[in-house]
Amino acid sequence: MDGKVIVIGGGLAGLMATIKLAEGGQKVDLFSLVPCKRSHSVCAQGGINAAVNTKGEGDSTWEHFDDTIYGGDFLANQPPVKAMIEAAPSIIYLMDRMGVTFNRTPEGFIDVRRLGGAKYSRTVFAGATTGQQLIYALDEQVRRFEAQGLVKRFEEWEFLSLVLDDEGRCRGITVQDLKSLEIEVFPADAVILATGGPGMIFGRSTNSTINTGNAAAIAYMQGATFANGEFIQIHPSAIPGRDKLRLMSESIRGDGGRVWVYKDGKPWYFLEEWYPAYGNMVPRDIATRAIFKVCVDMKLGVDGENKVYLDISHLDPHEIDRKLAGVVDIYEKFVGDDPRKVPMQTFPAVHYSMGGLWVDYNQMTSIPGLFAAGECEYQYHGANRLGGNSLVAALYAGMVAGPKAIEYTASLTRSHAELPLELYESAKKETQAKNAALFDMQGTENPYRLHEELGEWMVDNVTIVRENDRLKATDEKIQELMERYKNIGVGSGEAWGNQIVPFTRRLWGMMTLARVITLGAMLRNESRGGHYKPEFPERDDENWLKTTRADYSPSGPRFSYEPVDISSIKPRKRRYDVAKEGSKQNG
Amino acid sequence: MDKEITFIIKRCKDPNATSYWEEFKVPYFSKMNVVSALMEIQKNPVNARGEVTTPVAWDCNCLEEVCGACTMLINGKVRQSCSALIDKLEQPIRLAPLTKFPLVRDLVVDRQVMFANLSKVSAWIEIDGTHDMGPGPKIPQKVQELAYELSKCMTCGSCMEACPNVNSNSKFIGPAAIAQVDLINSHPTGALQKEKRLLALMGEGGIADCGNAQNCEKVCPKEIPLTRSIAKLNRATTLQGIFGWLGK
Ligand SMILES: Cc1cc2nc3c(=O)[nH]c(=O)nc-3n(C[C@H](O)[C@H](O)[C@H](O)COP(=O)(O)OP(=O)(O)OC[C@H]3O[C@@H](n4cnc5c(N)ncnc54)[C@H](O)[C@@H]3O)c2cc1C
Ligand code: SF4
Ligand code: FES
Repeated sequence: MDGKVIVIGGGLAGLMATIKLAEGGQKVDLFSLVPCKRSHSVCAQGGINAAVNTKGEGDSTWEHFDDTIYGGDFLANQPPVKAMIEAAPSIIYLMDRMGVTFNRTPEGFIDVRRLGGAKYSRTVFAGATTGQQLIYALDEQVRRFEAQGLVKRFEEWEFLSLVLDDEGRCRGITVQDLKSLEIEVFPADAVILATGGPGMIFGRSTNSTINTGNAAAIAYMQGATFANGEFIQIHPSAIPGRDKLRLMSESIRGDGGRVWVYKDGKPWYFLEEWYPAYGNMVPRDIATRAIFKVCVDMKLGVDGENKVYLDISHLDPHEIDRKLAGVVDIYEKFVGDDPRKVPMQTFPAVHYSMGGLWVDYNQMTSIPGLFAAGECEYQYHGANRLGGNSLVAALYAGMVAGPKAIEYTASLTRSHAELPLELYESAKKETQAKNAALFDMQGTENPYRLHEELGEWMVDNVTIVRENDRLKATDEKIQELMERYKNIGVGSGEAWGNQIVPFTRRLWGMMTLARVITLGAMLRNESRGGHYKPEFPERDDENWLKTTRADYSPSGPRFSYEPVDISSIKPRKRRYDVAKEGSKQNG
Repeated sequence: MDKEITFIIKRCKDPNATSYWEEFKVPYFSKMNVVSALMEIQKNPVNARGEVTTPVAWDCNCLEEVCGACTMLINGKVRQSCSALIDKLEQPIRLAPLTKFPLVRDLVVDRQVMFANLSKVSAWIEIDGTHDMGPGPKIPQKVQELAYELSKCMTCGSCMEACPNVNSNSKFIGPAAIAQVDLINSHPTGALQKEKRLLALMGEGGIADCGNAQNCEKVCPKEIPLTRSIAKLNRATTLQGIFGWLGK
């Protein structure tokens, strides 16, 4: 096979896609902003879901499927979710065979814990660093294929644009070496984008600093449809910090952590009172809004600030060390208190994007030959993601995208080698010209400060509670920032190791997607999953059981809507004060 | 009162340029760490003398000490800048790049050699394929706990920086890769190819270059028992050397 497939992104989705491609005999060029082992996936603490039923609680893939659809407020297309859930146990076993150090039961089986929105223990974990363990295992498998000459790795290279042929097919990419800042073009027969989430649009979040979403924004600006952008998950518990909002994993609640504030001088466990059936284990959107209500509306936050207690001081210290050591370490390291003794203080933070590039069931975007997998696409979580479902979705999507890309390249009548060289030369020239234009920016605005401003507006107006007038004002603000962007100064023009020029480029992508998120939220006049509008507090299936599709135009996103495939489970009202009524598995 | 923190940062615009120290003053805030100070400098790239300068380049990503990217010398000690709290540091605070890796710019170095070393020792398990073959072997809790300690390595390079035997004249593979051999060789499936990894450690720049200075373990932010792994593999490679493929 002479063909070439490019994978952009070395997180879980990208590495899994690479392995599948290489295993299929396909040559792969793998690009990543950072060494793959430093990708954002390393941050995942809580674990990965699969209905392995180790505890004999009667869990099944159907229950997991139903929890996922229900937890996602019925916005996800059901067939791909079902396929993912059914594959989940075998994905865990595969990672187990690769040597991931999953925690064990006394008998030596893979141990499981419970995360929010689930009635069963189905989250497999490796200490508090599940994501890191998964990524290290996959990265080493990729290294094995590298040793066999099937994979070529380009770490610390940034994807800058797609090369599209005269039929509109994706035929390669232009990239920048982040050391020399030189531009190169790489031809291919298909491209898989696995570039992760866009948390940095909100300034500070639980995400890593490279999670700007710019790669997805680039694809969007070149014609790929973006779906459900307005669905942003706010995690209920993070440690507020100037540089980052550090996640305190949901596993803390899963392993017995309780959320409370003082009311009338006594601890008030408001989640347990309001949601007796799930208590502290309600899904993220529910917990986040409850905390917001207690702190902002009722003004009962700790010390009058926007903070609540997240308490594990009543748990057995040995159990804490065995299961939560990593998370507890983070708290101790960054706050200085010992959560075994003193309740932690946390507040909600932007965490995850359910929205992303629109893909079909083969993970192909609306651009032929461009695939997307992982957090950069929208397919598996609907309006709200369950804890532990993202890792499995990233791995599964990678497993689908790899083979589907091979199938696609086999169906092509011309390989990239038969395309005119001109196509690649002009793409490279165009990117070089844009790069030179960035270096020429010598205005007075500082890109990092513009980013901070963008983040503040987004957090204040486009997160937990959304109001139409404020969304409108935010969109106007983003446009103002985009005007001011033109007056950025990038300083002295030395290219080598320059970080300000690449950041400035990413900032444009962040602003572009910020509009997709904000306007998508403004238009969706209902409340569903992570999207909550006091003006429209109920879910409105009649008008809004629809996927949002945003298409790029220079003056702003154009929106359209498409129906959701609800072929397996009929929508029902989502509530967590009583136990979830099971859906019936119909033939 | 507006407190300011003084940073003295070693700067260098490329590997061929001469380096120099530049001083910055950054307004203090509570729970401040080194990374957030560097972020403030990005937003206001003016040095202590009031001159506009280029923002300091440094690597970071996760900001919670799990990706390893932000490792540098802080007051002469190798550590992660995201978990370095200002309140616990002596001032002025001196920041410098790692010295055992090629410099890129300012505080950024190139640690690709660490990943290449993992390739040298085949730090992977040879699975037959990704098709569904059920779970791997059962593993006792005790064994998992020991393995987990080793699997927390984030390839930060602190151990390499601290090791006197890692330097420009040596090919020493360093402690991190050795610990990864220990990790994979102790896995029931990984053990099936353990000789291959032992042989790699017996080659040039292998475990014999360890001078037993034991600095590595002291600086490892993940408290990985590096000297234990090194001792264990020293024995294993010796046996391998004596008994060859028959050795146990
Ligand atoms: C703190 C935290 C904890 C979490 N815990 C859990 C959990 O316990 N369970 C769970 O299921 N989910 C969890 N999540 C979510 C989950 O970690 C992510 O959604 C998932 O890891 C995303 O994987 P990915 O492969 O899509 O992307 P990433 O791991 O983000 O990888 C993206 C890759 O793309 C590359 N890239 C990006 N842009 C470019 C570009 N322009 N050019 C070249 N390369 C590029 C990057 O270098 C990187 O290699 C957590 C998230 C956070 C923030
Ligand atoms: S062994 Fe420790 S010091 Fe060395 S690279 Fe790994 S985490 Fe860093
Ligand atoms: S930024 Fe990842 S270790 Fe500090």
